[in-house]
Amino acid sequence: MSEALVEAIGLVRHYKLPGKRLLRAVDGVDLTIGRGATLGLVGESGSGKSTLGRTLVGLQNPSAGEVRFEGETVAGASGAKLVRLRRQRQIVFQDPSGALNPRMTLGDTIVEHLRVQGFSRAKARERATEVLSLAGLAEAFSGRYPHEVSGGQRQRAVIARAISTDPAFIVADEPVSALDVSTRAQIMNLMRELQRRGGLTMLFISHDLSIVAHMCREVAVMYLGQVVERAPRASLFRTPLHPYTAALLSAIPLPDPAKERTRTRIVLKGETPDPSAIPSGCRFHTRCLRATELCAKVAPETRTLLPGHTVACHHPLDV
Amino acid sequence: MMSGSAGSARLLAVEDLTVAFGRARAVDRVSFTLDAGETLGLVGESGCGKTTTAMALMRLLQGATIGGHAWFEGSDLIAAGEERMREIRGATIGMIFQDPATALHPMIPVGDQVAETLRTHRGLGARQARARTIDLFREVGIAAPEERLGAYPHEMSGGMCQRVIIAMAIACSPRLLLADEPTTALDVTVQAQILELLRGIARDGAMSMILITHDLGVVAGVTDRVAVMYAGVIVETAPTDRLFADPKHPYTQGLLRSIPRLDSGWDEDMPTIAGAVHDAGALSGCRFAPRCPLAAEACREAPPLRPFGEDHEVACWRAS
Repeated sequence: MSEALVEAIGLVRHYKLPGKRLLRAVDGVDLTIGRGATLGLVGESGSGKSTLGRTLVGLQNPSAGEVRFEGETVAGASGAKLVRLRRQRQIVFQDPSGALNPRMTLGDTIVEHLRVQGFSRAKARERATEVLSLAGLAEAFSGRYPHEVSGGQRQRAVIARAISTDPAFIVADEPVSALDVSTRAQIMNLMRELQRRGGLTMLFISHDLSIVAHMCREVAVMYLGQVVERAPRASLFRTPLHPYTAALLSAIPLPDPAKERTRTRIVLKGETPDPSAIPSGCRFHTRCLRATELCAKVAPETRTLLPGHTVACHHPLDV
Repeated sequence: MMSGSAGSARLLAVEDLTVAFGRARAVDRVSFTLDAGETLGLVGESGCGKTTTAMALMRLLQGATIGGHAWFEGSDLIAAGEERMREIRGATIGMIFQDPATALHPMIPVGDQVAETLRTHRGLGARQARARTIDLFREVGIAAPEERLGAYPHEMSGGMCQRVIIAMAIACSPRLLLADEPTTALDVTVQAQILELLRGIARDGAMSMILITHDLGVVAGVTDRVAVMYAGVIVETAPTDRLFADPKHPYTQGLLRSIPRLDSGWDEDMPTIAGAVHDAGALSGCRFAPRCPLAAEACREAPPLRPFGEDHEVACWRAS
């Protein structure tokens, strides 16, 4: 594996709720992303995938554990180092409408972003035009307001803003989920193009495994604040080891009527428990078809069972 | 027009349904039919008019001019009086909406909301309605139904709320169920549960269903037949297997190609459809033409639906 660009070490992010309850959004994550790689991060709502992404780019501070960037901890960074860390780590959000200021033109939005990061006005203007074009928006779009362009074009602008500081690391948090099918493919291709241009390391967050399959060579699966499985995509999709991953895969509706009719679906019991009341032992045991007494008591260790394929489960599926 | 195909009776026949908001036509001369026990998928991207079609059938649109007919059990839903519509809504036609959180009254216990439907349409007394609600909750997979009757929507998860809504929609054993993106707001493992439930309801056959969705995967698993909408018109309709195996309209073809597959093409770029959905009211001729790789002179005139083999119709001059 190539040198790690981003590392999470024992990363924890908790939120205090009324009544002394604790929402354990991210609850002990160890994760490394190699330089130039795109890691897919999959999970359902409440799994903590967005919180993990936001913590990795520094939009949130960890409650415990640490984030390292280029081998150095980011905790307590200030001054020039903090500015550099901000330029180097960017994020693309799910809803492009909410991510853009409705009263600013697309061009001005990017210029402002660059000015905050310390670019001169002239340099920022030049760079804004450049990145809009890289994101597939002609110069005329620079003067348009978000409501004057389509959802896909808004997301192109958000992506242009994220790459404007020439970051080394981008968290893309459900970047195509709010888009229509025909637009989604265009934005996926744009992001693949950015990957190909090289140098960019990405965490691609999605609830949709088929999108992740097209964007990432490696995939991690989160459940209730922890990474339960991580593997190269072919290994994950063909030989999932964690029962949750297997259920997730079998739950995806396939656009193929013949396959849909014949496949056996693993239908999980119930829904993801509240992250403020995480079950004991293995946190998936309340919904798991393979759970035993052990699972209710002891949290499983993460083990490597196939090449590059790790899982945290007492009773992994047959290898 | 009212004759059904062999062995099954026609339940709904929509003819030239048109919905206009001012000068903008959100739905333009849409026609389709539905047999008893059949499940039809109404598919399209946002703004294509699929929800507006359903809302027009239920006459729930305000400020819209509605034209055409929708024959349902001998009456025209478009011309029916408000009184008649109130009898139909929730009784002979049930509805399931996308967002379970907003479809339920937040301040009324869920059991009472289902019971109210039964008392209004079936004239059941309080005790009977409660007993029937418990049966319905059990039917839609709500565990410990007696205990859940008194729960408020905010005390339940999204999936559970959607089960309550389905219970309410099927409470009066409707002939037709209109399900508008019933699983879009749900997580994928919960979506699988709800689809399983809807499949079971459809399989029992007593009920016809129109399933509105943007997700062709959902369509593939649940429906018998599909109508694809684009910018207010139906561009293609076919039995589900046929539509997926042999799509004829360039839009359907593009849509099917641009879905990321779980099992193939990982390292290839996604095929795309150029451009974005246009404002439905702004165009004349074929509405897909500005994005269509096959567009030609003929496409300046709007193409009608024409047959391509049995039960397969395509609105395209260039399809072959």
